[in-house]
Parts: sequence; structure tokens; C-alpha cells
Amino acid sequence: MEKVFSRKKAIIWGFIGLIILFIFPLFLPRFYVYLISIILLTGLLATSLNIVLGYGGIFQFHHAVFYGAGAYATALMIIKSGLTPWLGFLVGPLVSVLLSLIMGIICIRLSKLYFGMFQISLGSLVWIIVYRWYSFTGGDDGIHGVPLPDIISSPTSAYYFTLVITLISIFIMYKIIKSPFGSALQGIRDNPVRSEMIGINVKRHQLLALIIAGFFAGIAGSLFVVVDNTVFPDMLFWTLSLEILIMCLLGGWFSFLGPMLGAAIIILLRTFVSTFTSYWTLVLGILMMFVIFFLPNGVLGYIEEKLSKKS
Amino acid sequence: MLDVIGIHTYYGLSHILFDVSIKVDKGEVVGLLGRNGAGKSTTMKSIMGLTPPKEGKILFKGEEITGEKPFKLFRKGIGYVPDDRRVFADLSVDDNLEIVFRRGNEWNKKRVYDLFPALEEIKNRRAGNLSGGEQQMLTIARALMGSPELLLLDEPTEGLAPLIVRDLEEQILKLKNAGISILLSEQNIRSAMKLIDRAYVIDNGRIRYEGTAAELEANEEVKKKYLMV
Repeated sequence: MEKVFSRKKAIIWGFIGLIILFIFPLFLPRFYVYLISIILLTGLLATSLNIVLGYGGIFQFHHAVFYGAGAYATALMIIKSGLTPWLGFLVGPLVSVLLSLIMGIICIRLSKLYFGMFQISLGSLVWIIVYRWYSFTGGDDGIHGVPLPDIISSPTSAYYFTLVITLISIFIMYKIIKSPFGSALQGIRDNPVRSEMIGINVKRHQLLALIIAGFFAGIAGSLFVVVDNTVFPDMLFWTLSLEILIMCLLGGWFSFLGPMLGAAIIILLRTFVSTFTSYWTLVLGILMMFVIFFLPNGVLGYIEEKLSKKS
Repeated sequence: MLDVIGIHTYYGLSHILFDVSIKVDKGEVVGLLGRNGAGKSTTMKSIMGLTPPKEGKILFKGEEITGEKPFKLFRKGIGYVPDDRRVFADLSVDDNLEIVFRRGNEWNKKRVYDLFPALEEIKNRRAGNLSGGEQQMLTIARALMGSPELLLLDEPTEGLAPLIVRDLEEQILKLKNAGISILLSEQNIRSAMKLIDRAYVIDNGRIRYEGTAAELEANEEVKKKYLMV
């Protein structure tokens, strides 16, 4: 839709970006490598939310639950099953898919805000189970020191693993958005009744979108286990969902890479501002106000607008 | 092809359609004529399942379709072009056609673009930026992508410039010649008369007159009373 760059320019810039991402660990200290890994996987999480939120117009208010479920499923599979750890990375996203299918079938009957509210309540149910079930999930303590395959256990290799998986996932999501299915999804966002009048099964399309979003959220959750070696109940608490939502709005929920940028901004803010003050959310709040007033399409949306005016 | 048998439709408590019966045979263009607010659009919406009737039956190709969901009706072969002629504004013209459920191969993008050559020239444009006439063509083109056997056209010429209306009439005739049955609702009776074989005149939610186009043309009383001609 939006032709900001010419194709050639976009490929060149993308290529430069990729090279920079790939050589980061060669000169950056360990902490920053960790930080960028977290930004990448959180960006993946926010992008997956944006498939349903920005492109689908579905108020997915509790997206974190699929992220947390993916992370827990991966960690528990690795620890409890005794099978090869790689299986955990398969089970994580699958559990998220299953969860989003079940929650989707229940919630999809409702529309707009009611969908979001019902999803928060169901998601909180999942959270409380994880939070209370000490014997299985470790409850409040979470799970620490998840053993990983040697090849991805060092921070640098975890970074590369995260980078590659994130890039592949982002690419697949981009293809999905550009496919007829993605167009139909945007049509439904525009007007569900009209979509139905051209033979689109609205609820089924939305459910499929929820499952796709859940799948990629699950992948992000599995990646968190790789990068951080831990899981904890906060990963599926609703405040995190809100944070991801803000990432989408901040970065620009009508731009494909907007949520990625939003994730980077918020994580950098949280990391660096919170060294000065514990009230870092105050800074975020003020920033958010400015974004809403001056950049209604988000930061990336604003940049795209400027660039397209210039050309 | 389409049999609407004595339907009563309500918006909440208000009774809108009273015992409306309409029949469309294969290959026919049938007019549903009446003033603003007479019940034309409601009849269309009742057929398409957007405001399902409380009483009465609707048959399509002999099969009862009363109360079916709109997307299922589309898949059975009923295309609907609503009067608000809204396109999916954020999608390109091409994508507007791409997302349609395809029930057959009879119509495809090429054939649709052959019918509306003006659309092919702007196929990468954002549909929200099209003119009224172009949007109307796009909504009809979109309905055609599903290879419908019956097309419900709700006031296709409303608000369009006379020159564009003439183009549109030609295109509707081409659809008729392609064997698609059409139920056409219209206030603009002069335009409708060029297209239709038979007509129903609706007023205050009731069918007041039924006859061939020639009979209606000759009946000054009905035209004066219900159609303000």
C-alpha cells in the first residue's frame, strides 16, 4: 500500500540493517547483546499482536498470555520431559496455538470491546493457574536455569538464534499480511458486514488471525527462554499485555514494522530511564501523550508520512 | 430463480415490510421501484439476510434460504451491491477483488476488467480515493468476482453523473446478456425502464403493483401515485 521507498532502496537499507544486526555481538558488550535480543523477541511479540490489532481490528487486550504460555510450555517441556530440548521449542508455540484456539472460539462471538474484556478475564484465569500451581509451574518463583542445548546456551549464540528466528517470523508475517488472507483481514477491519456480503466467513478469518498471532507470540515466548533462561508468572500478567499494546500504538499500528520500533523504544526507555528514577513509566506516560497528540499514526507512521511527502 | 413469499420484516418493533412477494426468473431483470423510504433497500437486505424477515419464506433455486448468513448466501450465488456502495477503502482496487470468495471460475479478474476497463487502469490505486462512479463499478465488479447467478443491485445510479449513469446502464445490460438474473431497485424510473423486463412497485412496505415494463409504462395512474412521474 504505502510506497515510501522504492523497492531497490528498501532492499539496500534492509541489507545494511541486517549486516549491522549480524555484527553487533562482535563489538558490543554482553549486556547490550542481551538487550538487543530482548528487543528483537519483544518486537516479534508486538508485531504478532499487531496482526490482529492493527490489521485485523480485533481488540486483543490480553496478548501476553500466549507469550507466557509459549514460554512456560517450552520451559516445562525441557525440564519435565527429559526429551531433547529442541522439542520444547516446538511445543511452546503449539501450546500457544491451542490456547488461542480455545480462547478464540469462546471470545470471538463477542465484538470489539466486549471481546477484549472477556479475553482479559479468561487470560487472567490462565495466569492465576500458573501463579498458584506451585508443584508444576513453580508459582510465584517461576522457573530458573532452564537447561538449553549447548549450541544456543551462550549469550552470543542465543542472540543469533533469536535474530534468525525473529527475522524468519517477521518475514512470514509480512507475507501473510500481503496475501489475500491479509487483505481480507483488513477488509473485515474496515467493515465486517460488507466483508460477509462478498462471501467471507468473518468469524473464521478472525479466528485464524488469532491463531496465527498466538503462534508467533508463542515463538517469542520460547525465544525468551533461550535468551533469559527463566520464566515467571508476570509474563502472562495483563500489565504486560498493556505494555505490548502501547508498543504497537507508539511505533505505529498501521505500519508493519511500527510495533518493532515501539518495542525498541519502550525497552530502551525502561532500561535506561529506570537507572535514574524508578518512576520510568512517568516518562513513558508523557511520551505517550505527545505521541497521541502529535503523531497519531505512531513514530514510524510519522516517519513514513514525512518520507512519502518528500518524494 | 428467486422466490420471495410474503415476507414481513421488522426493525426492532417497527414493522417495515408487509407481505412482500417477489419473483425473479432466470435471465430476467426485475425492477423494484419506489420512492425514498418505500422499503426497497429493506427488501434487498431481507433477501441477503442482513435483516432477516420474521414471517414468510425466501427460496433461491427452489431451496429455502430464509435466515441464512450473508456469506453463505453469497457462496450459494447471490451477489449484493448495497446502496451505500462502500468499497474497502484501505485496500487497492485489485485487492478489493482479490479477497472475494470465488465460487466458480466463470468470472475472474480479467473478465471483470474487460467489463470495466476503467478499473484496470487504476487497479493499484487505494479504493478509498476513487470517485463515486469508480467505487460503484468496483462494488459491482466485486460482486461479480463470486460468479453470481443472481445480482441484487440496490440503487446503482444514485448520486452519479448522467454520463456515468449511461455507462453503468450499458454494463448492466451486458450482465443481463451474460445470463445473470438481476433484481434492480431504483427510484430513477426512467433509467430503470431501459433495463427491466418486469417491475414491482413498492410503497410504504407493501407491493402495490406488479407487471411487465410495458404495462407499467402504459399505466399513468400507478406511475403518478407511487413513483411521482
